[in-house]
Amino acid sequence: MVDITSEKNPRIGVFVCHCGTNIAGSIDVKDVVEYAKTLPNVVHAEDYQYVCSTPGQKKIEDAIKEKNLTGTVVAACSPRLHEPTFRRATQEGGLNPYRFEMANIREQNSWVHMHEKEEATAKAKDAVRIAVAKASLLQDLKPKFVDVEPAALVVGAGVAGMQAALDLANAGIKTYLIEKNPTIGGRMSQLDKTFPTLDCSQCILTPKMVEVGRNENIELMTYSEVEEVDGFIGNFSVKIRKKARGVLTPDEAEAKGIVGGGCNGCGDCEAVCPVIKPNPFEMGMKPRKAIYIYHPQVVPLIYTVDFDSCIKCGLCQTACGEKKAIDLEMQDEFVDLKVGTVVLALGYDIFPVEKKTEWGYKQFDNVVTSLEFERLICASGPTGGHLIRPSDGATPKRIGFVLCAGSRDNTGIGKPYCSRFCCMYSLKHAHQIIEKIPGAVPYIFYMDIRSFGKMYEEFYYRIQDEGAKFIRGRVSNILEDPATKNLHVYAEDTLLGRPVDVELDMVVLAAAVQPSAETEKTRRLFGVSCSQDGWLLEAHPKLNPCGTTTAGVYVAGVCQGPKDIPDTVAQAEGAASAASIPIHLGKVELEPYFAQCIEEKCAGCGMCVNLCPYQALSLVEKDGRKVMQVTEAKCKGCGTCGAYCPGGAIWMQHFTTPQIIAQIDAFLVGGEQ
Amino acid sequence: MAEDNGFKPKILGIICNWCSYAGADLAGSARTQYPPDIRIVRVMCTGRVDPLFIMKAFVDGADGVLVSGCHFGDCHYLEGNYKAAKRMFHLKRVLNSLGIEDKRLRMTFVSASEGAKWAKVVEDVVNTIKAAGPSPIKELAK
Ligand SMILES: Cc1cc2nc3c(=O)[nH]c(=O)nc-3n(C[C@H](O)[C@H](O)[C@H](O)COP(=O)(O)OP(=O)(O)OC[C@H]3O[C@@H](n4cnc5c(N)ncnc54)[C@H](O)[C@@H]3O)c2cc1C
Ligand code: SF4
Ligand code: SF4
Repeated sequence: MVDITSEKNPRIGVFVCHCGTNIAGSIDVKDVVEYAKTLPNVVHAEDYQYVCSTPGQKKIEDAIKEKNLTGTVVAACSPRLHEPTFRRATQEGGLNPYRFEMANIREQNSWVHMHEKEEATAKAKDAVRIAVAKASLLQDLKPKFVDVEPAALVVGAGVAGMQAALDLANAGIKTYLIEKNPTIGGRMSQLDKTFPTLDCSQCILTPKMVEVGRNENIELMTYSEVEEVDGFIGNFSVKIRKKARGVLTPDEAEAKGIVGGGCNGCGDCEAVCPVIKPNPFEMGMKPRKAIYIYHPQVVPLIYTVDFDSCIKCGLCQTACGEKKAIDLEMQDEFVDLKVGTVVLALGYDIFPVEKKTEWGYKQFDNVVTSLEFERLICASGPTGGHLIRPSDGATPKRIGFVLCAGSRDNTGIGKPYCSRFCCMYSLKHAHQIIEKIPGAVPYIFYMDIRSFGKMYEEFYYRIQDEGAKFIRGRVSNILEDPATKNLHVYAEDTLLGRPVDVELDMVVLAAAVQPSAETEKTRRLFGVSCSQDGWLLEAHPKLNPCGTTTAGVYVAGVCQGPKDIPDTVAQAEGAASAASIPIHLGKVELEPYFAQCIEEKCAGCGMCVNLCPYQALSLVEKDGRKVMQVTEAKCKGCGTCGAYCPGGAIWMQHFTTPQIIAQIDAFLVGGEQ
Repeated sequence: MAEDNGFKPKILGIICNWCSYAGADLAGSARTQYPPDIRIVRVMCTGRVDPLFIMKAFVDGADGVLVSGCHFGDCHYLEGNYKAAKRMFHLKRVLNSLGIEDKRLRMTFVSASEGAKWAKVVEDVVNTIKAAGPSPIKELAK
């Protein structure tokens, strides 16, 4: 039976925080305290410098005991910050923690009305009055505990997702790692060297890829996507679409009774396949067949059929022979997973820099992007590591690097943010051409060089010493000389204060980065918010950088905002650690904000049943009539049903209709009914 | 800002915890200044907003009501904001028929990262209500 009674004689204590001068600078705190004392049900009011401090919390506990309080109100910062703190203090004082209400007089008052003390003070008084009205009607609530499924899901297997999965797995947690591409590794596997140490990217990544493939606690699903998500922290049900790969792994083959069969990566099929397509891993600069692997070190080493281009000639099947690995009729499969927590590591895409038409990308052969440059300079790339001009295959000597190509761009075409790693990788590229091509000169067009990391500034000095030319100015235009295919780069040298026209053999655009194509869809499946620019929104930029707006879902890597590999790996380790905590605890506490049915009032109409997005409501027979019943484990406490019930039969705990009406009354008619 | 005619409107804001409340907090952290003529009641989701609350506010003498939630597709509870928007749409017609101009009720969508937008929304609502003048409810009730 739901208890809808509240305290008959509420005794409320009010605590108004100065927050140093953060609040007291714009609000007359003493005046608010004196005002609070005049409010109905208030038996105690005081102010303190920092109510969140240990002595501040002690004041709450003492007042509860001394004044026999039935509820507490703290007027301070946002409940999103300190509600848990003051609930705990209220509990320490001997009350149920849900007997606490907060008035936000900082984020939504003193900080936004800094020069209107009178108005801000009046607003603070109203906020306290509203909070006291609610506190007077608060009830004891019992938090809901749910068991946590002892498994984790990591979506995206770039360096971020791989690191998170390895950490989780090594902490003893069963981890599913989902990657949409046929292989793991992400962007880092496309890079040649990494700044500032110049480690070979593949050399440091491959061991990790192998470890991921081998780890017993990791169940790797490549060429797979998240299709549906249901549930909440502790109990996510996730449907995975395993895209038809057209090729069986040895395990899959064995399950089908093909002894000793399945793909062993020999490549016999690829040799005979007649269909030729550009290889996206090589940025389209190298061909691949309709049956393909991206590169020789892929994990897992299993071929994939691109059914969009496959003509089903069957030549590959003949070549594969007794291994019988190829199934050209394979269909997508669905797998249902149950996990307790999730890490999203969705990475990034390159901004389509051809949108900035003035730089001539996709118009002039010798204008390439930095990611294309990585492949062109990489020994395993399409040219075997010999940097050539796309137009004539000649070795370029004068190479321009255009920084902030689409980043820090407020024209509405590019991105307003800094992509954070382009300065550093362009310095790396400058070094690489000086090292590889005798007599080569890099021309770096920049606004300012952002070399903020450990040993980064030192790397910048090194490239200066090596003879790179730096031109401070944004490139306004690039034109091609049709005869030579050389490029004229126009910019204003803002240090010399004059326009420059530099003739170059090749230009590399350090294109901005943007959220990967699937980020929007995937984040919505998990109910995660994004920032204005589309990157996933962290729960708090400083204090909870790996959490998200959905409990139990964490973020790692560039999908949260551009960051280089060291920062990506660090965040991945943080996200893995955060995601492992609920699993190790085995239980999580949920706020008891769920719906209850007041059976006397319920007419059994069933309107609410279809409204609930979580199927938490049903109609049941009771004493010969139909009444609504709530499955508490499913209810997330949105209150949608409570807003709809024509009979007022739904009791939304902690946000009850009487409580909200009391708040509205308190604001508009001063609480007098 | 609209011309100050000395009228201090009473505006109620009912806003969701996950997006608009967080956005309003962000405006605070960034010290974005906006007019002080609004008082906030926090709910977990705009889906919780019973038309009764808004009617009660107008009956109690509110000059304007702002309901603000997450953007469509971003609702923390999947679709509470759709349902709220639908309800607000119907409610506006009811209000009009009662002689309360529907511009006194506003629904907006402000995400957790849109602090600046929150400030703009409040400024806009305050200006609209200031221009509309005091609620006709007292006159209507006579
Ligand atoms: C030209 C260039 C050079 C660079 N050089 C350096 C350098 O020298 N040093 C350095 O520190 N950093 C460098 N960086 C930055 C580096 O690439 C990133 O820091 C790093 O790759 C980020 O890793 P990530 O895992 O977050 O993202 P990604 O590498 O993008 O990985 C994301 C993975 O998730 C997968 N995915 C995405 N969405 C889904 C989905 N919905 N479902 C399943 N899977 C999904 C993707 O397929 C991908 O495999 C460079 C970047 C560029 C562009
Ligand atoms: S809408 Fe109200 S009356 Fe109808 S079934 Fe649900 S709780 Fe009962
Ligand atoms: S509050 Fe109501 S509509 Fe929302 S999840 Fe719970 S039962 Fe469903």
